[in-house]
Amino acid sequence: MFQPEYEAMSRDDLASLQLERLRDVLRRVYDNVPLYRKKFDDAGVSPDVTSLEDFASFPFTVKDDMRSAYPYGMFAAPLRDIVRVHSSSGTTGQITVVGYTQVDIDNWADLMARTIACAGGTPDDVVQVTYGYGLFTGGLGVHYGSERLGAITIPISGGNTKRQVQVMKDFGTTILACTPSYALLIAETAQDMGMDVRDLPLKAGIFGAEPWSDNMRRQIEELMGLTAIDIYGLSEVLGPGVASECLEQNGLHVNEDHFLIEIIDPETLQPVPDGEPGEVVFTTLTKQGIPVIRYRTRDVSRIIPGVCPCGRTFRKMERVTGRTDDMLIIRGVNVFPSQIEQVLAGVTGVAPHYQVVLSKRGSMDHVEVHVEVAPDTDFDEVRELETLRRRVGAEIASALAVNIDVKLVEPKSIARSEGKAKRVIDLRDEQGGV
Amino acid sequence: MVEQVSVFLENKPGHLAQMARTLADADINMRALMVADTQDFGVARVICDRPRAAKAHLEGEGFGVSITSVVAVEMPDRPGGLADVLETLGAQGVNVEYAYAFVEPGAEAAVDIFKVDDDRAAAVLEAAGLRVYVPEDLYELDSPV
Repeated sequence: MFQPEYEAMSRDDLASLQLERLRDVLRRVYDNVPLYRKKFDDAGVSPDVTSLEDFASFPFTVKDDMRSAYPYGMFAAPLRDIVRVHSSSGTTGQITVVGYTQVDIDNWADLMARTIACAGGTPDDVVQVTYGYGLFTGGLGVHYGSERLGAITIPISGGNTKRQVQVMKDFGTTILACTPSYALLIAETAQDMGMDVRDLPLKAGIFGAEPWSDNMRRQIEELMGLTAIDIYGLSEVLGPGVASECLEQNGLHVNEDHFLIEIIDPETLQPVPDGEPGEVVFTTLTKQGIPVIRYRTRDVSRIIPGVCPCGRTFRKMERVTGRTDDMLIIRGVNVFPSQIEQVLAGVTGVAPHYQVVLSKRGSMDHVEVHVEVAPDTDFDEVRELETLRRRVGAEIASALAVNIDVKLVEPKSIARSEGKAKRVIDLRDEQGGV
Repeated sequence: MVEQVSVFLENKPGHLAQMARTLADADINMRALMVADTQDFGVARVICDRPRAAKAHLEGEGFGVSITSVVAVEMPDRPGGLADVLETLGAQGVNVEYAYAFVEPGAEAAVDIFKVDDDRAAAVLEAAGLRVYVPEDLYELDSPV
């Protein structure tokens, strides 16, 4: 643990620290960012909260707020105190700019040092930073954290995969930091070069910046002979370093001394109980350059209840598996396709590949989940297939609290693609009004 | 015991035809076909001249396929033929999951196919004087291509 005084602090001490820091950041944004002043005034809330519960009535911040404030409108520190800017990729619209003061950069280095230590990293390690260096937060974020930890830091950035493999071998890389899909490419390229990555001293990978599945994790771990750790962050909140998995590989510890996490129902905007899925909302408690208040990430996750054996007391969020844009409302119940995937992963006899088909039966929405039968099924057993179908239906009903018809489909018949698979087929408009 | 090809069929139009066409294109001859269906899917059971090749070709086209061991017995083509066979099995406590029959052109006896969950089935039938077919009687012993 890099900062046990924070990472393992008691929940009571943490709550006091959070409240103190929350009051400070609310005051700073109210005084320095016209947009927040207006939002708070419109909502009739005062920055001088006296409890974390008071905070639940504060207005949310969304990506559009940041776009409309482009480039510097949401900075809470004077521009002369800003020492660096990063920018989001802008794949879904206009780019956004985030600014960091020297204090922000220092905190960020600590948080990323925690992240690397969370993956088992120590000053004895050699960290190959294959995330892109530049406006993207990934490269420099990991870089400063690795130096802060005291590890040897290889600032190789992305691209030139053969060179990545060569450097990995020659420099004795023990921790690889890149996107999970690039990790797979590195492993395959090494094979093409006649090298088995498993023979190298690699021990951990810190992977993030794109959605990935447990299957992909297992594949990477098998091919590379390392422990694959999921890390989470977004430039609007910080960049990498917001949350990271420990070696338990069961959820990502949120750095709660710096970030307040809430999970809300994206329709009602009310908080959901711990354990229930919903939209992740972050408030930065210490950021100076560009703090955000109740920033709606559109990422879907849930709090994993319980105490982690690793000793960290920060709560864990589940790996982000979807976006709120994918949410379905089925007979009044919010359903995230990623929940269906989780159910399927726990049922033997089916593959975790599925499609949700929405159609009309009369005036009612009809929902059917198409699920692939595992290829090694005994297809002669009609009764067992029927039982399997009913079991999948029952598991989905119990996990999602909604009854959905299940249709078994042939092995490998549903299109494969990582991340952006077309999971929902909506036939309701095509059918017209019935 | 002989090999039967069991094919999972999603409930969608033309799917059985697609299965048959896949076998035809591979020059595989079906001797018998039995389709069991539920509301949502079907399972086609096929006796053919090259079961391993059939499995490989069907899987190549995306079908879910299993090879199932079944008992094939010669059944006299006369009234009471089936009843005799079933009573023989029942008397020994052998449970039959499903059964179907086909007649080879020009043959005097039918071939009865039984799916049983009991290793003793073939021995029970042979002990009763019935002819139990071995694979070579019904199809080529093929390799899976």
